[in-house]
Amino acid sequence: MSDDSGAQASAAETGTEAAGSADVALETGSQVPPDDPNDNRWNDALRQILGGSFVISILAVVLALIVGAILIAVTDPGVQQAAGYFFSRPGDTFQAIWNVVSGAYSSLFQGAIYNFGRPTFSAGIRPFTDTLTYATPLIVAGLGVGLGFRTGLFNIGGQGQMLIAAAFCGWIGWSFDLPPVLHLIVAIVAGFVGGAIWAGIAGVLKARTGAHEVIVTIMLNWIAFYLISYLLRTPGALQEHGTNNPKSPAILPNAILPPLFGPQYQLHWGFVISIAATIVVWWLLERSSLGFKFRAVGENPNAARVAGISVKSVIIWALVISGGLVGLAAVDQVLGTTTGGFSSGIDAGIGFDAITVALLGRSRPIGIFVAGVLFGAFKAGGFLMQAANNIPIDIVLVVQSLIVLFIAAPPLVRAIFRLPTPGSKPRTKTPAPTATAEEATAK
Amino acid sequence: MTTTTDHTIPDAAPIVLEKTVVKSWKTPITLSIVALLSIVLFIVFRRGGDTTFTFAGGRIAPSLPQLVVPTTLTCVILTTLLAAMAALSWWLLARFAKVPLWYSSVFAFIFVVAFLTWAAGDNSRPLPITSLLLGAVSLSVPYIFGALGGVISERSGVVNIAIEGQLLAGAFLAAVVASMTGSVWLGLVAAVVAGVLVSFILAAFAIKYYVDQVIVGVVINVLVLGLTNFFYSQVLAKDASFLNDPPLLPSLPIPGLSAIPVIGPVLFDQSIIVYLMYIAVAAVYIGLFHTRWGLRLRSVGEHPQAADTVGINVTGTRFWNVSLAGAIVGLGGAYFTLGSVGSFSEDMTGGQGYIALAAVIFGRWDPIRATLAALLFGFASNLQYTLAAVGSPVPSEFLLMLPYVVTILAVAGFVGYVRGPAASGKPYIKS
Repeated sequence: MSDDSGAQASAAETGTEAAGSADVALETGSQVPPDDPNDNRWNDALRQILGGSFVISILAVVLALIVGAILIAVTDPGVQQAAGYFFSRPGDTFQAIWNVVSGAYSSLFQGAIYNFGRPTFSAGIRPFTDTLTYATPLIVAGLGVGLGFRTGLFNIGGQGQMLIAAAFCGWIGWSFDLPPVLHLIVAIVAGFVGGAIWAGIAGVLKARTGAHEVIVTIMLNWIAFYLISYLLRTPGALQEHGTNNPKSPAILPNAILPPLFGPQYQLHWGFVISIAATIVVWWLLERSSLGFKFRAVGENPNAARVAGISVKSVIIWALVISGGLVGLAAVDQVLGTTTGGFSSGIDAGIGFDAITVALLGRSRPIGIFVAGVLFGAFKAGGFLMQAANNIPIDIVLVVQSLIVLFIAAPPLVRAIFRLPTPGSKPRTKTPAPTATAEEATAK
Repeated sequence: MTTTTDHTIPDAAPIVLEKTVVKSWKTPITLSIVALLSIVLFIVFRRGGDTTFTFAGGRIAPSLPQLVVPTTLTCVILTTLLAAMAALSWWLLARFAKVPLWYSSVFAFIFVVAFLTWAAGDNSRPLPITSLLLGAVSLSVPYIFGALGGVISERSGVVNIAIEGQLLAGAFLAAVVASMTGSVWLGLVAAVVAGVLVSFILAAFAIKYYVDQVIVGVVINVLVLGLTNFFYSQVLAKDASFLNDPPLLPSLPIPGLSAIPVIGPVLFDQSIIVYLMYIAVAAVYIGLFHTRWGLRLRSVGEHPQAADTVGINVTGTRFWNVSLAGAIVGLGGAYFTLGSVGSFSEDMTGGQGYIALAAVIFGRWDPIRATLAALLFGFASNLQYTLAAVGSPVPSEFLLMLPYVVTILAVAGFVGYVRGPAASGKPYIKS
């Protein structure tokens, strides 16, 4: 392990990160042994691509969808009925399986990308804008969690940070009457600050007392949930005037994130914020000195301390920024999607989804962006699948978690599809390097 | 070399080892904060009238006398005691460099009594101590099973975040199997099987594919939640009477012991699963610290290279112990469906696996301490229901928050820099 992390650190220092380089969070790095000049270069390149992380990611998605299809088929009453007389007419069973699975997945596609049932392009593309709307909070929250991963911190407290951030930005959003653009900016900043404070508690406790951030952030989730529930049902706190419902007042028009492509689409300017956040986080992690400190602490805190980096302040700052980014997800929810006032379920599980998004994106900002859009698509399509085909949306949770599991274990996917290990040579020619390469990849 | 010189010169000055005394000021600071809090709560916001405690309960229902105390006076006395103890803790630390654990425990007990007296004051309804404790034990059962599984797994070097998933899978399969067969015993077996199956996923990914264990755990929790929710709405909900109507475990009072007032109904008039829990706690404790199995398990978790050198199969030991942990946690999951509720519902564990995980860390990876921590969490969770019934002035949300605040205080204050098993969370790659 030690020489592997050393290689990671040196890769981080030079700032060059190859496609198959080692990952901080997933520990699925691969070391490429020096090339044998006698070998066919094209053959090598093909092996690299086949066994590389991009193909693995695609195959992981395919595998997860296959498992999802099996679950859908097995639990479908039509399939069960046809399977009852499988040996007399096996074709019926396969027909039933095809019907239910293709129906489900075509709904998933039509709900997420493009609806062919609509007459015009502007109506047909609407599902894709919904996908981006769902992806918006997932991306920023995923960036927050991913930034934590790069620093070696596991921010599991997205739910609590979102709730506190929602209270902060919502309170600004409905209690003050500010000029149009200023109001929005102040509310967004308030949301960032709210999430940052809540995660900062975990950061300070971790830095000062050594309290494990996983435990503290989980506990802070519950504390935030009960705190916000209490405030939402207390008149004069966050509750809307004149009601008994545990719900906040509506956001003032000036503080609402305006729609991006006109009022017929749900997509709002929060998506632009997500794009900007992706770029900023990329710059922060890969090009700034603070980001270098983050990554150094993530790779090896002891080495970072020896190198003169204040590990304690890095931990605090990483969690503060991470929480702030997660807070922006709440901003998307409160100022963008549910502007009529929120309840204590405003986080909508985004805090936890963000963990899987960050894992799928391998804690790289661009990867997280793509993963966020993919999960947004699953969410948007899942709703149509539930409505049209009567398949519970929970299947999406299963598929998502399977994707992450498969991606985290490339050797498993390679074994299933009998793919070569990247960097390995065909077994018949040189058996010895194959063994070392496999071992190195396993690390 | 040095020993031989020592032998040749017997009257040399004895070697004095320098002792580094590390004083942790966290305990007195925490105690002082709590004492200050009690002064504010119990004296500044004091409540008048009387507080009544009742001790009746259980099937024998012995007619025990009620205890009636004046609220304000009791609170003032107890708060003074707390303040004195907090002050004394500073002296203890200065004098002996350590505040013993029993001291903190007594302090916590007095605080709880003071809090109950205050919360049930003002001539509100009597506070039923027996049902308070009974509910606490009942809520603690899944925490304790979860914590035991966590201790075993982490002691063997695999972080078990998947406790939540194991509980949920156990609850689900126990309900389905018990409902289909009509036998609670088969339900219990099914819960164990479910827990082991979830563990297999954890073990396969963490031990074989070296995936980060925390990540596998979190993802498994999502996977199990998705699977159980999917099967619940797709299959269970459509035929609930056949698939989701399991019989409840019968209550088995232990003759003699169950007749003891207060303690009897709380501890010895329970279902088989609670008695299994007592056995499990004792077995895990003795097994971990007094058997060869435990020694091997701990060695694999502390220093796998050393264990491997002396011929212990690290991968195998980890795999089977993670599976064992899953079996224990799965049994705890059965308590949800067969012990208390009587049917499965979506996400019925509701994050309790994470509390069990907190109990593992709070209990410093020790089965007995983890069990006590789990009991504390169960008590704090149940306090809310009892005080709501009594009519207390504290909003229920704050009482619900209490176990989590206590955990944070504990992790940051009392426990401090906890050192888990050294190799926990690190995959062992044989080289």
